[in-house]
This record gives sequence, structure tokens and C-alpha cells, in this order.
Amino acid sequence: MSQQDFLELRDLRTAFDVTRFGRRLRLQAVDGVSLSLDEGEVLGIVGESGCGKTTVGRSIIRLAPAQGGSVVFKGIDVLAARAASLRELRLRIRMVFQDPYASLNPRRSIGDSVAEAGDINGTFPSRADRTGRIAETLSSVGLDPSYADRYPHELSGGQRQRVGIARAILPAPEVIIADEPVSALDVSVQAQVLNLMMDLREQLKLSMLFISHDISVIGQISDRVAVMYMGRVVELDATRAVLDSPVHPYTRALMNAVPKPDPSRRIAGAIELGEPPSQFDRPVGCAYRPRCPLASGRCATEAPELRPVGQHGRRVACHNV
Amino acid sequence: MLAVRDLTICVGPAAKAVDIVSAVTFSIDKGEVLGLVGESGSGKSLTSLAIMGLLPTPGPRVRAGRIELDGSDVTALQPWQRVEAGAGRLAMIFQEPMTSLNPVLRIGDQIEEAVRVHDGTSGRLARERVRELLDMVRIPDAAVQLAAFPHQLSGGMRQRVMIAIALACRPQVLIADEPTTALDVTIQVQILGLLRELCDRLDMAMLFITHDLGVIAQLVDRVAVMYGGRVVEAADVGELFGAPSHHYTRALMDCMPAPSRQRRLRPIPGQAPRPGTITAGCVFAPRCVAARDVCREALPPQIRISERHEALCAFPLGSGRSP
Repeated sequence: MSQQDFLELRDLRTAFDVTRFGRRLRLQAVDGVSLSLDEGEVLGIVGESGCGKTTVGRSIIRLAPAQGGSVVFKGIDVLAARAASLRELRLRIRMVFQDPYASLNPRRSIGDSVAEAGDINGTFPSRADRTGRIAETLSSVGLDPSYADRYPHELSGGQRQRVGIARAILPAPEVIIADEPVSALDVSVQAQVLNLMMDLREQLKLSMLFISHDISVIGQISDRVAVMYMGRVVELDATRAVLDSPVHPYTRALMNAVPKPDPSRRIAGAIELGEPPSQFDRPVGCAYRPRCPLASGRCATEAPELRPVGQHGRRVACHNV
Repeated sequence: MLAVRDLTICVGPAAKAVDIVSAVTFSIDKGEVLGLVGESGSGKSLTSLAIMGLLPTPGPRVRAGRIELDGSDVTALQPWQRVEAGAGRLAMIFQEPMTSLNPVLRIGDQIEEAVRVHDGTSGRLARERVRELLDMVRIPDAAVQLAAFPHQLSGGMRQRVMIAIALACRPQVLIADEPTTALDVTIQVQILGLLRELCDRLDMAMLFITHDLGVIAQLVDRVAVMYGGRVVEAADVGELFGAPSHHYTRALMDCMPAPSRQRRLRPIPGQAPRPGTITAGCVFAPRCVAARDVCREALPPQIRISERHEALCAFPLGSGRSP
């Protein structure tokens, strides 16, 4: 099997039907995303609220209902998988969620939460084996095995997120989908958890889809990055390359807007960058056009496809670069 | 314009009250922006609520210290008493504008209400002032936006509306408590630019509270770093980033991920103290790489690094006194 076939999303489309004040509306969260994750790679997805990055992650393991396109993991068509094989897939592809306060059941001990995947699938041969696996997994995320008997309210945010990671890695997965895993944490704790994820990636040879709104965090951990805007990927390349020389006008605006700890780059006065359009009222053509300094007539009629730009594997969805 | 001296806030019944903000001291001049930076539980929001006179009752209360606004002591005054006393004018904006706006009233009516209260005008005059405020916060399509309800606006627009309401009283000091934390970065930068412009144009002072050192670096003139309920370092922004003196400030800068470098991060070991933790020595000592026995035994001295730079540390960085 070639590397390219590890995890492949092709033209993924996910929409939600929502009711707003009695009106039924369709929200196209993911609008044709094609991405591939290589074995052992960390692929970052970065974008702002509502760009569809979370839905991409959730669609992969069918926590969100994809309506079109395909997700293929090592030759298995995930979107077509039946219940039994889906359950098995969800042991091989695991999620780490953003909010460590909401994603742990407050009435279950840490040990029970960590062991849940094994319990459901009957993978522990004996009681002793289960206890051992819990202890081992907790140690590998830097928690003392005695935490197994504690409850979520006794833990700090950083410790809870370690538990979230522990329950993801217990069944020895091949892929981790991490959805904003450090966004709820203070920077000093965030650094601890990021270091842990980088260590685990090495030790366990994990492949990872790392979803974040924070370009600094993405820069820290991911090998390649996909920048999303309004449900589509607008730029894709090696992380370093994108950060050093962003090409898509949206990526450029995003990079410029990230606050930098450098007092020589002061904000002097008002800046006009516009706001994203309503998700229910997507512009025809390029979704970034209303905010774009490069917009031309073609952008108003034809949505740009992701295409190679330059010589080094950069892919950008823009008519004018 | 605003001076806070030895502000100490405690919680709990009188007999066993514990201090959660201790001896916080700073001042802000006209047109100046002071950044108050710290992590969760450092006491930065409580400090701002105390200044506004908005501490919830029952709850935390000011135990000692003074808050002076435009020269007059307002520490013990309720917000309405401050108005009667002719003290300086304060306004505040918060992290989540949706919870501050009334969901069933149109935006225009909510801004107009603030104008009526502060200017005592109504009708055409009040509406003119509303238009003027909308222009100041750069809200386009005024007619459309005024008729909208809060849920119909984006997060960025709602925060602009909150700023317009705050400006209705022509504040001399604006307190902004994490006003852009819930916003996306491309929206955040626009709100920050707007706030900076307003401070410069109206000669308004601002106390800007955030956990984000990046925002601090690009927006404020002066910084006070809070940790464990105390201001551990205060300096002009250039000096703070150029030569931080407190080990916590340094450690905080070191553990920030940066897009331009990929390396192992240097986290601060351990956890921030729970608010109200009582220590004899320096609050940061348990996590400090440079801590000595003396740091754990006695409160460190306030050391003057330069004219406008102070650190609460016995062994500040770069002083030759480092262990």
C-alpha cells in the first residue's frame, strides 16, 4: 500500500439543516474538501469560526453526517462502513476534543473514562489487565496512576486534557483527530499539553489531524497545514512554507492579524478587514471575494479550485495569484 | 486619570477572609493604555470589577487600598454615588457582548437608552448622538444596524455596539476586560485598532485586560503583569518585552508557541496557585527556576529596575542579583 492511501478525503461535503425562527435553512459547513493525511504525519487545519474545520474532523469518523464525497482509511470506505466495522474504525481513529470540562462524564472515575473504549469493545482479558492498562496509559500522559480513582472535578484543565488524550490513545490508535485540544488552556499549561502531544506522536508513531484556530499552535506541531475559509481549503502546503510566505489573500490577512509579541509592530489605528459573510448566504463565486483586495470579475462568478501555484507543491484556491 | 493604590480584595466571612488580590498598585494617564496581563485566576478581572464598583454582593470585597478617579477617592462609592459626587467617568466593556445586550431590544434603542441616561436628551437630539456614536465605532449601514436585534449581528459588530454604548457617557477611562478573546483574529485586530484610535482621538485612558501577550505587545503603552493576585512586574511595553525582569514574565514569554519556530516548548512547571492560596513568600516561588529559600520565606521586595520599571522579585533577571 502506498503512503498516499493512508487517509484520504475526497470532495467531502457536510451540511446541517437548521431551523432559525421557524425557517428551515441549510448550512453547508464543509463544501468539497479534498485532503490526504500520510502515515506518521501531522496535518494542521487552521481557520476561523465557522470555516468548517471541526466538521471536517467529525465527518471523518461520522460524528457529523457527510452527504457527499469519500473518506478512505487504508482502503476502507469510512462513509459506507456498517456499524460493526465503524466501531472498529473508531478504535483506530480517535478524537481528542476541545473542552476537557464538557468531554468527560463528571460521574465516572478517570479510570473508567480512560478505559471506556476497551470496555465497550471487550478488549481487556482480565480485571488486572484493565487496571494495568489504565495505569500505563495515565503514566504515558504524565499523570500518576492514582488519578484513576479520582473524578473530573478534582482535576485542573490541563490534567483533564491529559485524560482526554489518555482515553484517545488507550486502544493504540493509528490516527488522532485533535479538535482544538489546547484552546481552553492557559498558555503555561497549553505548552505542557503541546509538548506531550509532540512526544506521544514520536513514541506511538501517530498520525494526526490537528485542528486549531491558532496559527502559532499549528506552526508548533504540524508538518503541513490546510487553511480553510467558508467550508473550503484555500491554501495547502508544508507548514513552514505557508507561514513564511502565505499566498492566498485570506491566509495573508490571517497571518497579519495574529497578534505578535513584538512591541515594534504596534497597531496604530483603525484597520478595515471586513467580516465573513453569513453562512446561510454564501456569495456566488469565491467566498472571500467581498473582503478580498485582489478580487476581480471572475471571482464573482466562478469559485476557484485548489490548484498548484509555483514549483514547490503549494496549492492555492485563488484566481488572482 | 485613574490611580489604584494597594488595592486588596478578600473573600469569605470576616473571621477567615482570604485575600485574592493583594496590594495592586498602578496608575493610568490621559490617553494612555495600560495592559493588565495574567492567566486565569490571577485576579485581573476582579481588579477591574473593583475599579468599576461592580464586585458582586455578597462576594469578594475591597479590604484595603484606594481607587482614585481624576483625583477623587471613589473606593467606597457605589456607581450612582460616583456620578452624584462628580467623579470622573468610567465605562466598561466585556468579553461576551451578547450577555451584556438585551436580546429583545433593537440595537438602536439600546444605544439611545444610554444616551438618554447620560445626556438627558431625547428625540432628535438623542438620535443624532446615536448616529455620531455609530460613526465613532465605524459601524457601516447605520440604518440597517440600528433596527437589528443583537442576535442578527456578528460578534465583531456586537462588540462595536458595546463600545458605542460605553462611549455614550464620554468616559475618561474605558475598562476593557478581554473584549476580543471570543473573536476571530481577523475581527480582533479590527476591534483593537478601533480601541487604539478612540483612545488617541478622545484622549481617553484605557485599562485593557487580557491573557494574550501578543495583544499586549501590539496595543498597549504600559504593562502590569499579574500572578497569584499580585502585580509582579510593571513596565513600559518596549522595556517589558526587551528586558523582562520577573521570572514569571520571562517564563510566560518562553512558553508561547510562535509560528516562526518549531521546537520543544518550555512550559512553566506546575500549576498556577488557586486564588486565595496563602504563602509566606513569593507567590511564584513554587514554579520559579531561580527560587531560593529566602523566596519561599518572605515576600520579595519591590525592586525598581529603571525609572518606569518595577519587579516584585528578590533576584530579578539581568540585575546581577540572579542566583
